[in-house]
Amino acid sequence: MTEWTSGDLRLTNVTKRYDTFTAVDQLDLVIPRGSFFALLGPSGCGKTTTLRMVAGLDQPTIGQIWIGLKDITETKAYQRNVNTVFQNYALFPHLSIIDNVAFGLRRRKVSDHKAKAMEALELVQLAHIATKKPGQLSGGMQQRVALARAIVNRPDVLLLDEPLGALDLKLRRQMQIELKMIQSEVGITFVHVTHDQEEAMTMADTIAVMNAGRLEQVGDPATLYEHPKSTFVANFLGQSNLLEATVKSRDGSIAELDVHGVSLRLPVDRLENGASAVWLGVRPEKLRLVANGSAPDGTGDSNRLTGVVTDASFTGLATNYLVRLPWGQELMVVQQNDGTSRVAAGAQVTLGWAPEHGFALDAKQDAHAGAQDQADDSGAA
Amino acid sequence: MSEPGGDAAVTEVQRPRRVRPSYTPYLLLLPGLAWLVVFFVVPTLSLASQSLQTGNVETGYTLTWHFQTYVDALSHFWPHFARSIIFAGIATLLTLLLAYPLSYFIAQKVGRWKNFLLVLVIAPFFTSFLIRTLAWQTILTDNGPVVALARSTHLTDLLQWVQLTNNDSLMNSRFAVICGLTYNFLPFMILPLYANLERLDHSLIEAAGDLYATPIKTFWKVTWPLSLPGVVGGTLLTFIPAAGDFINSRLLGNTQTVMIGQVIDSEFLRVQDYSTAAAVSFVLMAIIVVIVAFYVRRAGTEELV
Repeated sequence: MTEWTSGDLRLTNVTKRYDTFTAVDQLDLVIPRGSFFALLGPSGCGKTTTLRMVAGLDQPTIGQIWIGLKDITETKAYQRNVNTVFQNYALFPHLSIIDNVAFGLRRRKVSDHKAKAMEALELVQLAHIATKKPGQLSGGMQQRVALARAIVNRPDVLLLDEPLGALDLKLRRQMQIELKMIQSEVGITFVHVTHDQEEAMTMADTIAVMNAGRLEQVGDPATLYEHPKSTFVANFLGQSNLLEATVKSRDGSIAELDVHGVSLRLPVDRLENGASAVWLGVRPEKLRLVANGSAPDGTGDSNRLTGVVTDASFTGLATNYLVRLPWGQELMVVQQNDGTSRVAAGAQVTLGWAPEHGFALDAKQDAHAGAQDQADDSGAA
Repeated sequence: MSEPGGDAAVTEVQRPRRVRPSYTPYLLLLPGLAWLVVFFVVPTLSLASQSLQTGNVETGYTLTWHFQTYVDALSHFWPHFARSIIFAGIATLLTLLLAYPLSYFIAQKVGRWKNFLLVLVIAPFFTSFLIRTLAWQTILTDNGPVVALARSTHLTDLLQWVQLTNNDSLMNSRFAVICGLTYNFLPFMILPLYANLERLDHSLIEAAGDLYATPIKTFWKVTWPLSLPGVVGGTLLTFIPAAGDFINSRLLGNTQTVMIGQVIDSEFLRVQDYSTAAAVSFVLMAIIVVIVAFYVRRAGTEELV
């Protein structure tokens, strides 16, 4: 946390307390200049509060916010070189599109503000509607105007508060790609707040997963997905199968784990030093499923479990199975539709996976943390 | 009146396949239309006719298309017209200055006290207009604390200097009439402004601040233009009745503060020159329509409403 360069956005020990609860709790975060950073978490996790504190719309109870070497904690929103794309866009209804985009430039008395605003509108491909009023535009267009209005000021940091939440799925996909392209074109630091894990993974270089006002884990999307550090991250980013395991032995680079009497293996570096009781996690798509008797040696992977298929649903791209293990737990399995023969419900199967596809989490954590949040949010979106 | 409409709806439900024009909307319009015809169109026409008749109360009036009445009325009473417009204009401006911050405060800042404060705004309506105006006589009376304070702060001298009063009292002066008008029409300014400012999207204020606008700039560039429909509504509701008011000028003014409403009142009820009274009423109506039309065009709020 000590290595940073000028222009990075830094939050040190930022805490926001309201009368009865703490929205953001001792947040330490460095967001490198020019990165596309996502703050991901379920609603009420404090991500929007964090964003508003960076924008200057809320004051932290304690802690500091820095941009480069400048402490901006005490400055007002209009004194910060930070711009926001608001969730509801907040376009000024009485001003034309071009005047909306030029608003910030005018306030800062930038010369040739009209030309610069037109340039920004061209960047979002809306130069042809410059004289219209916001009320005459579709949601997707308003979204792009809001983006142009923020980008045109070349802020040190651009904040996006669930900017795609109000758009339909197809438009959202299109805007995700467009936003990412624009970001790499202008090179401004983007801080994107979202509850949509897929959106965060698609767009961001780095994701910070927040839960209940605290940071769960920060990292690039692949690391977060492959090596989650908490059950919350494991369940909130995609789906995870978590098996109750105890460490039997550590032998060189491979550890032996006991799961209900079955011996399973995991690379030692995935285990914390001295950990004995853990959740052994494996993603549904990492599991290979083979019907018993169809192949002499099962799946060919070194970790194997046997069970009965209780549910098989074909989604086109893949088949989703639920497999009940001898001790009653059900595992999710995703089998790509790559020509492998499908298995019907009721079949006896063997599940196999390579040891390096597993991950271990502290057994003291709640195995279901984050799973419900994700289901709720995707339902609401 | 709702009965025929209800029956029509029932018959339509019973015979769903026959498409026929529904008369229900017109039936529902009928009571309002009837009201307007009986209490606005007919009296207006009768007033127009009256203004062009000659005669007197004893012998009766005949329609002689005597347009000279208008010329005489205007040449006699133009100072009263001008005075009414000026007094109403000043009072409207003062109500706006008082009501805007108050409405903004109630709409945006007080949270759960909103309704209570609105009740306080409307509370004066529970007493009659006349009583409220008479109360100002007591407030501005010569040996009251208000006058004492005004004298000790030399406010009376200032008011005399700008010719709002004639001596070192406050009662029976232009100042008193304008105070009365301002006070009495204040709620008509507050309520439309409140209704407008209450809908003001707070994220627009935040967006302006985010885009480098200081609070003062934010007000002039965002809040004020967005509140114009409320401002226009409030000023119309204040200016129009204030221009025709005759209670405040009679109870709080003197012979030099006579407003046009007072002229109409006395021409009708004391002088009983019905033709002149009708002509003056018509001219007042025309002046107000012209001023309002010009004002609404200038404000250019059609797009915002």
